[in-house]
Amino acid sequence: MTKARNHSVTIHVDGRSFQADAQRNLLESCLSLGFNLPYFCWHPAMGSVGACRQCAVKQFKDESDTNGLIVMACMTPSAEGTRISIDDPEAREFRSSVIEWLMLNHPHDCPVCDEGGECHLQDMTVMTGHVSRRYRESKRTYRNQYLGSFVTHEMNRCIQCYRCVRFYRDIAGGEDLNAFGSRDRLYFGRMQDGTLENEFSGNLVEVCPTGVFTDKTLSHHYSRKWDMQSTPSICSHCSVGCNVHLAERAGIMRRVTNRYHSRINGYFLCDRGRFGYEYVNHPQRLRRPAVRPSRENSAPLISLSPAEALARLRSRLSERKRIVGVGSPRASLESNYALRTLVGREHFFSGMSIVEHRDASLILQILTDGPAPSWSIQQVEQADAALILGEDLVHTAPRLALALRQSVREQPMEQLDGLNIHRWQDAAVRTALQGQRGPLYIGSVAGTSLDDVATRTFRGSPCDIARLGCAVAHEICHDSPRISELTSEESALIREIARALASAKRPVVAVGAGTGEAWIIKAAANVAWALHRRGVAAGLVFAPHECNTLGLSLLGGNSFEQTTAIEGDRDRDALLILENDLRRRLETATLNRWLERFDPIIVIDHVDDAILDQAGFVFPASPIACSDGSLVNHEGRVQRFFSAIAKEQDVQVSWRWIQDIGRVSSLESFHAMADWTSLEQIHAAMAEDFPVLRRIGEAAPPAQFRIAGQKIPRAPHRFSGRTVLPVLETIHEPQPPHDPESPLAFSMEGTPSQPPSPLVPFFWSSGWNSNEALNKFQDEVGRSLHNEHLGIRLLEPQPDARSRFFENPPPRYERRNNQLLLVPLPRLFGSEELSARASAIQEQIPKAAVVLHPREADRLGLRKGQAVDVTAPGLTRRLPFETDETMAGGLAGLRLTPGGVSVPLPAWATLKGAPSP
Amino acid sequence: MSHSKDIRSMLSEHEKDMINEELSHYPTKRAGAVEALMIVQRQRGWISDDLLLAVADHVDMAPAELDRSATFYNLIFRQPVGRHLVLVCNSVTCWLMGADRLRERLRSRFGIDAGETSADSRITVLPNVCLGACDRAPAVLIDETLHGPLTADELDRLLDSSLSETLP
Amino acid sequence: MTIDRRPLTEQIRRNGPPPTLCEYEDRGGYAAIRTMLTEMTPEEVQREVTDSNLRGRGGAGFPTGKKWSFVPMGDDAPRPKYLVVNADEMEPGSFKDRVLLEGHPHQLIEGIIIAAYAIQAECAYIFIRWAYRRSALALERAIREARESGLLGHDLLGSGFNLTVHVHTSAGRYICGEETALLNALEGHPVIPRAKPPYPQVSGLWGKPTIVQNVETLCNLPHILAHGAEWYRGLGKGKDSGTKLYAVSGRVNRPGVWELPIGTTVREILEHHAGGMQEGYAFRAMQPGGGSTAFLTDAHLDMAMDFESLSSVGSRLGTGTAIILDDRTCPVGFVRNLEHFFAQESCGWCTPCRDGLPWVERLLAALDSGDGRPQDMDILERHVTFLGPGRTYCAHAPGAMEPLKSALEHFRSDFDRHIDERGCPWAKTGTDE
Repeated sequence: MTKARNHSVTIHVDGRSFQADAQRNLLESCLSLGFNLPYFCWHPAMGSVGACRQCAVKQFKDESDTNGLIVMACMTPSAEGTRISIDDPEAREFRSSVIEWLMLNHPHDCPVCDEGGECHLQDMTVMTGHVSRRYRESKRTYRNQYLGSFVTHEMNRCIQCYRCVRFYRDIAGGEDLNAFGSRDRLYFGRMQDGTLENEFSGNLVEVCPTGVFTDKTLSHHYSRKWDMQSTPSICSHCSVGCNVHLAERAGIMRRVTNRYHSRINGYFLCDRGRFGYEYVNHPQRLRRPAVRPSRENSAPLISLSPAEALARLRSRLSERKRIVGVGSPRASLESNYALRTLVGREHFFSGMSIVEHRDASLILQILTDGPAPSWSIQQVEQADAALILGEDLVHTAPRLALALRQSVREQPMEQLDGLNIHRWQDAAVRTALQGQRGPLYIGSVAGTSLDDVATRTFRGSPCDIARLGCAVAHEICHDSPRISELTSEESALIREIARALASAKRPVVAVGAGTGEAWIIKAAANVAWALHRRGVAAGLVFAPHECNTLGLSLLGGNSFEQTTAIEGDRDRDALLILENDLRRRLETATLNRWLERFDPIIVIDHVDDAILDQAGFVFPASPIACSDGSLVNHEGRVQRFFSAIAKEQDVQVSWRWIQDIGRVSSLESFHAMADWTSLEQIHAAMAEDFPVLRRIGEAAPPAQFRIAGQKIPRAPHRFSGRTVLPVLETIHEPQPPHDPESPLAFSMEGTPSQPPSPLVPFFWSSGWNSNEALNKFQDEVGRSLHNEHLGIRLLEPQPDARSRFFENPPPRYERRNNQLLLVPLPRLFGSEELSARASAIQEQIPKAAVVLHPREADRLGLRKGQAVDVTAPGLTRRLPFETDETMAGGLAGLRLTPGGVSVPLPAWATLKGAPSP
Repeated sequence: MSHSKDIRSMLSEHEKDMINEELSHYPTKRAGAVEALMIVQRQRGWISDDLLLAVADHVDMAPAELDRSATFYNLIFRQPVGRHLVLVCNSVTCWLMGADRLRERLRSRFGIDAGETSADSRITVLPNVCLGACDRAPAVLIDETLHGPLTADELDRLLDSSLSETLP
Repeated sequence: MTIDRRPLTEQIRRNGPPPTLCEYEDRGGYAAIRTMLTEMTPEEVQREVTDSNLRGRGGAGFPTGKKWSFVPMGDDAPRPKYLVVNADEMEPGSFKDRVLLEGHPHQLIEGIIIAAYAIQAECAYIFIRWAYRRSALALERAIREARESGLLGHDLLGSGFNLTVHVHTSAGRYICGEETALLNALEGHPVIPRAKPPYPQVSGLWGKPTIVQNVETLCNLPHILAHGAEWYRGLGKGKDSGTKLYAVSGRVNRPGVWELPIGTTVREILEHHAGGMQEGYAFRAMQPGGGSTAFLTDAHLDMAMDFESLSSVGSRLGTGTAIILDDRTCPVGFVRNLEHFFAQESCGWCTPCRDGLPWVERLLAALDSGDGRPQDMDILERHVTFLGPGRTYCAHAPGAMEPLKSALEHFRSDFDRHIDERGCPWAKTGTDE
């Protein structure tokens, strides 16, 4: 945040004077000033606890004090006139002693350790100058644990900095990792072997300063950090748009790491984002164009070269006058725009399901017309009151859920000033606040992962949740519609929530689209708008379904209903599907009937599973990880991603396929895109078509951007084996692959300078080989990056808008005879299409099931282990059932993983126990 | 947890009553968690994983969190111990007054070192920090009763009588 | 000798049961609180105790009245407030609180009532180690008796003051005796000392104002209130007030604990009360106040055992319980045993303590077994400095370094002999009786 620096003080470090921030400790100040002061237990997002004693400096009372006292920089405030020495011989010697102690039992197995070469412990050891071993005893050893498919455990390397448990328990709310034992026999792990339960467990890999917790997926195709090309990208596994680094070597995606963004992900990613990348390496990923000679008897696809496939397509399209385009919320803004340009506005179907399309349009309308702004993740983290409506956000927008978990500490933190405690004094803060929590209310269909920090929770059907929200809005501002038929218990809860939100300084209403009930979104808007009427600067945060749902919605495609109303003549119309598996979004029979109206059906995708049996032409698209483009995240922020892999033969980014298809079609509209050779040209065209996108080109520096005439190298300068990698194919040293799309180069050659933030390919600095090098990329540690471009926020509220509240809220949910309302239960692992193809994720996908409150199961006479036949409009399934005491009564939760839900939910369903086999 | 019912039934009503009595002393249940473990341990000898889960469930703590406490304290046993427990003080006064000879006698008689349990599970010998009986050094605590000062022969005689008693 | 000269232990019967409530009341017990509850304000109690110059008997010697003065008082002070009795006596060589706990629980309860009233605490916990089961049972019985007589519970003696007292049994860790670690232990949280601020007086148990007080300290309070601050100050021999429970263990003729005027000399305690050294053993040095205090030698025998005198020679009164090092015991082995204890009892939070202490222990073990090398002495010296105050998270490791530091000063030649002679010179003779 661009906080006014009214806390500026002067501190003296080794005889030189500097300006520092009185709100920060000396370690933070020293690091921000560029000093190399070693540390372990302090973490910019977790504060200080004084455990490792590594950041010792000598503090002097005043100018005349020559003795000084050793203090821990992380535990000492940067007060006016503070005098310290980092270079003091005793301080240096003490710091090197700390490393010596930590090394007594460390196995020194760097050559076989996955952390080697990017290990904070290595860096700090070198920094302190501890080189020779004096300890003569044997080392302590431990048995390691199996922690699941994401994280490898090697306890012998542990230096007991406690970062892992502090992150896992204090930040992420996990309960199954802890510190056992005591003295020099501490064990950081689980009580028993088993998969780490928390959704953010992968961050252990990054917070651990050495190789105790390492990325198990990386180890399956291991390469050293210095041997990987790394690229700034945007996570495409939900709508939050976390910034990531994608690392590649030899055409194989190796891993995902956190790329700090001060407003979004900060220091942490979810496990879906971190471990979902392996879909890129999926053996069945589409890599060659293919043609199906005959549609009728589901003949197999035949691989062809791009030229041949396009030539065949030309002959098929010659007599077609129209192409209907199907967009995709998981494709880039540019590819969707290209499709829309080619097929024309009226023939552009958004490709979203009926529910998604409706919700996305609604969210867009609320964020454009209303007075309440959409909030960034960072703002949510600082909210001092929160209302969550809908589903368990950890499954649909995990990083948002993590931010909401942090928000409950905001209100209690206000007491700290009175206690003379700084926010960074984490141990003291936790002692003083004693687990006090600010207001967080949750209305949901079933228990959520945030219930443990919630003030109170409400369980009900989606429309009862919406009614709760509307009633809160009415309680805050009587202009908002009234809700009738509330029980006295509900009324009391509503008054409590309204009071908590209206008396807060920074309340937020967070809503997931995962229940499928539009009224929940409207209710959230009513609450935020009611707060604005009361003069409370409330924020809204929505979690749309996919990584580019809002971006696609901005392009204004037709809904499926609109599309089916006007389209379809098999002799005239072709269908072009962009990166979209329509079977996940539309009910099968309806979809198949609709597809009958088109010929040929052309699919551009990288997911083999997405290929319809009816598809006649298939063109292999580059996934987001391997292409360049833009995405619009949940708050309406457009961000650029860059390709992590050099162009693969026969594969290209979707918009280029669309252009190629346009070229072989007879469509007039092709001329508008005929000259496009770069994203910049597309951006210019988009800016002209859509005023809201006029700044899209500013999201990151353009392809022509250079620093002192040089591109930005994706490979570190130590990258090895460049000439050996392609040796099986050619013994000649090839040119490095070109990257005309971006200022980045697939090379170790280029500028040594730090580029603007969207282009930072990896965090590395001299002497700082681990991700802690991030300190060197920030203006102040834990704050903005140097030369920070945050992406462009497209949607800003109308502060003065007196938007009309949504009227006519739904009536109370009434149970129907013999039927239950079937609601979707999205899952972190399995509900998102691409990550579900990653092998590590696959191991953790829960089984598809119907989830019922035990009472409902009893009412239906279901026995343990029995299957259930679920019948709803367009849906007939036999599924196992599970009971969950947190499930609201009168509902049935549908956990369909993978495969999503192809019918609009919620819907009334009949459930019957299946006959025993 | 599907097995939560089974876990809950592991604690006897008597144990639950005693635990609830302790818990009633505090505004939070976790404050009584270590006492709850000690209550159960007094009945069962040691805290197995299942018992730990049962106590964790009873005091509303995550099992790993309770296990952190259980593994921190010297006198919560997460491994089986013998029917009789001999804690030999190993702190300074007892050391200089000859505690090593007591340990040597235990070793020669039962074939076990401090920290071990005899093969017949009759006895476990544990070293213990200062028992607060330095005026009676060297001291040992046998099944919660303090004895000292002891010579090795006196310890032998004491064990003859202590170990011959049948367990209550 | 009148009751007034040994107020804390006068009523304790060696090898007999502790005084019952009736017996205690017959001899003036609980009279002080009857007066206090009817005639004194909490502020007056605080003033009396401040005037008495009572200093904490747990080791640090912090003035009790001053400690209380940091507790927020008045109607808008946070509630409830807590009093915590530190009965986790586990310092090697210390056994004086056990005598008070087992011997006279009602005296402690009366002290608890006074301290609780002074800070207006409604709830007190006695945090006691598992090994003191006899003490715990005696306390439970006394609490029951007191409650049944209206001395504890709701509306004490009709004064409107409420106080409940509970016994909390801990499963044994020395670090629990550190007052903030004790609070974490009592709350059921990981037992690591807390960062300060916040101080317990302001934000202690469950975030509420809390005073943590040693058993012996509290046992002084009934007598201070009964006889007045001036009388109490007169009990001490030097600057300090009151009596002190002194103890001696090791090769003396009568190891034990005695209540004596604070400021009694080392020699008097050693020779008069402990009966001097056993036949065949000579005095070499002593730790005056438990395992974490620096050695005194025969040069210090005529020093007063009080706070200031002992700190003036680089040691501490500590718990006032002395451990004697005799001439037939190896000083290196002695320190090795102590460092084993401290390494063992480190909570594992901060690096120097967690990893430094075991190294110290192993270096001493190496000396003992003949593996010592001259450079080991440098490493030991370095630990003495780098495990000192300010370097570590709490006072545990600095406490562990006090005996090592003074041993390196006083017994340097013994350390060197271990290296030169490749082993312990005492090993051949042993420490036989």
